[in-house]
Amino acid sequence: MALSVKSVLRSGRNFVSVLRRRAFHRSAPAAVQVTVRDALNQAMDEELERDERVFLLGEEVAQYDGAYKVSRGLWKKYGDRRVIDTPISEMGFTGIAVGAAMAGLRPICEFMTFNFSMQAIDQVINSAAKTYYMSAGLQAVPIVFRGPNGASAGVAAQHSQCFAAWYAHCPGLKVLSPWNSEDAKGLLKSAIRDDNPVVFLENELMYGVAFDMSDEAQSKDFTVPIGKAKLERQGCDVTLVSHSRYVGHCLDAAAVLAKEGIECEVINLRTIRPMDVESIEASVMKTNHLVTVEGGWPQFGVGAEICAKIMEGAAFNYLDAPATRVTGVDIPMPYAKILEDNSVPQIKDIIFSIKKTLNV
Amino acid sequence: MQNMLTLLSNALCRITGRTAGAQTVSELLIGLSEYVSLTSPAAPDLAQTQRLPPKPPPVVCARATAPPLASTPLATPAAHVTASRSFADFTPQVTLDIKKCDLHRLEEGPPVKAELTREQGLQYYRTMQTVRRMELKADQLYKQKIIRGFCHLYDGQEACAAGVEAAIKSTDHLITAYRAHAYTYTRGVSVKEILCELTGRRGGVSKGKGGSMHMYAPRFYGGNGIVGAQVPLGAGIALACQYLGNSQLCVTLYGDGAANQGQLFESFNMAALWKLPCIFVCENNQYGMGTSAERASASVDYYKRGDYIPGIRVDGMDVLCVREAVKFAADLCRDGKGPIVMELQTYRYHGHSMSDPGVSYRSREEIQEVRSKNDPIALLKEQMLSNNMASVEELKEMDIAIRKEVEEAAQFATADPEPSLDDMCNHVFKNDPPLEVRGTNPWSVFKSVS
Repeated sequence: MALSVKSVLRSGRNFVSVLRRRAFHRSAPAAVQVTVRDALNQAMDEELERDERVFLLGEEVAQYDGAYKVSRGLWKKYGDRRVIDTPISEMGFTGIAVGAAMAGLRPICEFMTFNFSMQAIDQVINSAAKTYYMSAGLQAVPIVFRGPNGASAGVAAQHSQCFAAWYAHCPGLKVLSPWNSEDAKGLLKSAIRDDNPVVFLENELMYGVAFDMSDEAQSKDFTVPIGKAKLERQGCDVTLVSHSRYVGHCLDAAAVLAKEGIECEVINLRTIRPMDVESIEASVMKTNHLVTVEGGWPQFGVGAEICAKIMEGAAFNYLDAPATRVTGVDIPMPYAKILEDNSVPQIKDIIFSIKKTLNV
Repeated sequence: MQNMLTLLSNALCRITGRTAGAQTVSELLIGLSEYVSLTSPAAPDLAQTQRLPPKPPPVVCARATAPPLASTPLATPAAHVTASRSFADFTPQVTLDIKKCDLHRLEEGPPVKAELTREQGLQYYRTMQTVRRMELKADQLYKQKIIRGFCHLYDGQEACAAGVEAAIKSTDHLITAYRAHAYTYTRGVSVKEILCELTGRRGGVSKGKGGSMHMYAPRFYGGNGIVGAQVPLGAGIALACQYLGNSQLCVTLYGDGAANQGQLFESFNMAALWKLPCIFVCENNQYGMGTSAERASASVDYYKRGDYIPGIRVDGMDVLCVREAVKFAADLCRDGKGPIVMELQTYRYHGHSMSDPGVSYRSREEIQEVRSKNDPIALLKEQMLSNNMASVEELKEMDIAIRKEVEEAAQFATADPEPSLDDMCNHVFKNDPPLEVRGTNPWSVFKSVS
């Protein structure tokens, strides 16, 4: 309680809006439940319909309906020309996709998982990301690289790596990481309409999860802006910043802590690069505490970058404690269930870290 | 002295059938050398040409129709005739024998005869000579440390670039690796913009941000620094041509060194599977950096490396051979029978790059041998002169004009200012609102616009 009084006092001229924001959260009118998988499917369907130049290529995307069924029905609807099955040749088909983008098409290049993108990473970075700059604006590369990223269930070390930090390191790329269905649909549509190379990191464990999809989100022109984080939950005691699946974990942790009187503000990054630092800073200036949550490894990761950015900016002076990172364990992903479960952040880890940060 | 001159020039006129004689000693000498080059036998290593005897010139009036030589001061204003013959003297078109290509999985190959018009000959000559002088100028500028970093020179290989461009349309597409200056030129970028990019100035085609290996133009996709990466890109460009149904194709070039990259075989597979209109061209200059083809490749038959894809091996030192082969391949692609693999056997005089003297892995004798017997520009020149399609002084004039153009470009490239720091962070994204880019420290922020 003392904490929230402090934050109210600190909020200065935002006093009134802070009070107003503590009113009841109104829920949206009755919405449809849509899985992340179907949201992605809708996004691609709508964009394929909207622009002749958009096409999808990757392994099993056409006749198999997608390795994870994300592209179900698209080949049947659009045919061989717009939905192309490739051989198992990541470096080759990624280069082909990039070349097609250079020549005026708008490809969606699917990696069965982003682990396989490592075989093609030269094409993503050196051929796609850097070209607009190297050509001083003569040659654009409007392409989307998408696929599941990060841990799954029992797929072990070679199939579980999170590539958010790797791709977000590179200028010339935009890196997106949706959490729920609205994120997935809106961000994918924005990515396809963007004239630049976009890395779109999905999550296999989220594909089957259903979320409310508002009427607005069901429209064919619904897009979510790139580079803008979303405030998923308001709070005044601690800022939780997360992306992808762990946004859900943060919200679950917040629900538990609310019963103990700790109100967490949960920020869903949505975009890793360019990161919406302003939203994080505004929140930290309000709550004075920061905890980042991600599935990837700690070293040189997304959380590390958030902490560095906060230190360099105005929000640093508002921190009452050092920022905390909650991350995957710094090991290759093990196979056994008990080991795997303990290799990624669990809700109890997030709660523990929040309490340590708040010193309660 | 004048009597002697008149005597000799009259004699020459009788021999050559001219009606107008030389007025000055230099004109006489030029006329004599022309006569000598016309009647001397061809060098044994040159491609066989069908040698037509020079047609006797028609009777012309005293006033020559040819423009006077700029560099030859005429003795008197009333002197009508210059040493050059009128254009009506030149053979307008000739059919030449060219080397037969080795074929892989093809019943028929490119023709063994090539038509060459005077205009084409002059154009190919101008292109190759411009590339030659531009590359040599780049060499000079590099040694003066005005060009820095990577500089991979193309001299020796000019017939490949000129022949390819002669065979494709301007609406076709082309992509190559890092030895790209010639193709940047043939695809439409001026010598000035190329040299300016090499010297890293704001007048460069990539505004100084790309450098030697990253120059672009419409339908020319660079300039690529990662060995082999351009090949899947080229297949992708061909995919776009097929997708858009525009009968265009993509020429995708790589070297004998890149021919062993795995991504090439991935590209071959998909190109063949989908019948992409792609001409994969291996410029085999015998060396991948310092490693000879024999030391790098289990099979040096690069035209066969496409396996199930038909292949052609071409004499890459003969611009007409290259042109005919690429034309043949282009027709195949436009008929939907692509892709096709082509090997151009060629040679580079310089080392791999300016950091490589190029003589530790091959002998100077070898380089000299190619220069003297197989130089692509000399070959074309010989073909044109021996078929009376151009005159020595005409070509010399062209050389002088090209040298001047290159020299002026070099001077501009040396004097042009470097890019502004305000431009440094631009062009990160296309069609984006302006964003902020972090500098070297937290207080240093740059603005970046599309």
